[in-house]
Amino acid sequence: MISRAPLPPPTRAEYCVVACAEAWRGDGEVLAAAMAPVSSFGARLAKRSFAPELLLTDGEAMLVGLDGEVEGWLPYRRHLTMVTGGKRHVMMGASQIDRHGNQNISCIGDWSRPARQLLGVRGAPVNTLNNPVSYWIPRHSPRVFVERVDMVSGVGYDRAAAAGATRFHRIPRVVSDLGVFDFETPDRSMRLASVHPGVTLEQVRQATGFDLVIGDDVPYTREPTAEELRLIREVIDPGGLRDREVRAG
Amino acid sequence: MTDKTMTPDEVAGRLRSGMTIGIGGWGSRRKPMALVRALLRSEITDLTVISYGGPDVGLLAAAGRIRRLVAAFTTLDSIPLEPHFRAARERGAFEMTELDEAMFMWGLHAAANRLPFLPVRAGLGSDVMTVNPELRTVTSPYEDGETFVAVPALRMDAALVHLNRADRLGNGQYLGPDPYFDDLFCEAADTAYVSCEELVDGFGDAAPQTLLVGRHSVTGVVETPNGAHFTSCAPDHGRDEPFQKLYATTPWPEFAERFLSGKSEDDYQQAVRTWHEEQQ
Repeated sequence: MISRAPLPPPTRAEYCVVACAEAWRGDGEVLAAAMAPVSSFGARLAKRSFAPELLLTDGEAMLVGLDGEVEGWLPYRRHLTMVTGGKRHVMMGASQIDRHGNQNISCIGDWSRPARQLLGVRGAPVNTLNNPVSYWIPRHSPRVFVERVDMVSGVGYDRAAAAGATRFHRIPRVVSDLGVFDFETPDRSMRLASVHPGVTLEQVRQATGFDLVIGDDVPYTREPTAEELRLIREVIDPGGLRDREVRAG
Repeated sequence: MTDKTMTPDEVAGRLRSGMTIGIGGWGSRRKPMALVRALLRSEITDLTVISYGGPDVGLLAAAGRIRRLVAAFTTLDSIPLEPHFRAARERGAFEMTELDEAMFMWGLHAAANRLPFLPVRAGLGSDVMTVNPELRTVTSPYEDGETFVAVPALRMDAALVHLNRADRLGNGQYLGPDPYFDDLFCEAADTAYVSCEELVDGFGDAAPQTLLVGRHSVTGVVETPNGAHFTSCAPDHGRDEPFQKLYATTPWPEFAERFLSGKSEDDYQQAVRTWHEEQQ
């Protein structure tokens, strides 16, 4: 009889990878776009397990399969067509995000003379009005989860509604190192959908700069399966980059 | 047929203070850096710069040549935040028109097609509308009745782009994976200058879709080997990461004195070689 040592339990980073992967469940044949390590690992985990039809990029101009084999061409101008054609679900980052899902990556402080200039709005305005946009935030803090963002780059539910631009607007989920959040509330304000094992509700409240909707019975973020853990540890991120992006919880 | 070859400094000689200049490439990729350096050697200032911004913006901002920047971002790619652009913004050194990436692209398309604007489903609800109060909206004349942003044409006095190959007539070829928007920049401008890694007499049996830029949209051609340095120009050369890091971490006066105070592009390339030799 072969005996196997039990797998070490999932780390916080591994819960985050799984929570990011879940964003793309059921999306069909769309581009799973992600920038940061953990969200990218999530996209690859989704494709390797429950969403094999997803498309991935090499981060430059090619569509690639799981082992890097080229299956298509995606220069910037075609990438923008995938955005406006709706065949993409991106997981962006956020320097600031508010309760309605407005996101800022442009600058901190007054735009006309910022205290800290960041990237600029990039494609956040077009993304949010055209294809589903989720967010991955590796350090949940009151400086990121703010009452009001300084420069609305990605459009949240309230601003999309006020502008009459809701036709293709959707923010399926926000994943942080503390939990998973959605906007499944009557007024589309941010709700704690699940908390990662090892995190308390009080911790989430303390780290959030606005009043989160927290229900009476918040579930834990789901456990990775043994196969998912193996894929993350042995195939997707053998170098352990995920643990550098998300501190052990 | 006109031979359009010229030197980087002859290109700068065709430009004037106060012009609107479009710069091709994307972030820290295939930027016409030799032409930007020629601009820096000139007295030209007060520019409106239109760019998917990289170190072209950082250099011109640090040197105080920009009056207004039209951009969706400025980045060095492997170094996410462009330090000289940031510093200039934080000291209020120039005005800015901050657009979304797609709005920017449709502004180029509009200019290239001599349209005053094109409608886009982008910008609405975002602070792009707040910080650009002159932006208008347009309503679909069809039954959907949807409201869009009317992105004004990004028309330019001159465009600067860098390609892998070009002929003397101004036809340009890219060999890397992404055309970026260089053909649109050339078509959106009253004059356009193409620098290239190598001047060729013909394109032989090149794959036709690599012939990105047509001579009808080009005013001048410049052969500048390594002219995109320190940005990438695949497949001819990658990004010079150690040098980019030096650029991002060296105080501007020190960097400018050592690398940009020469009389020509050759002086710059020699200074870079010397620096690399010192690192070994």
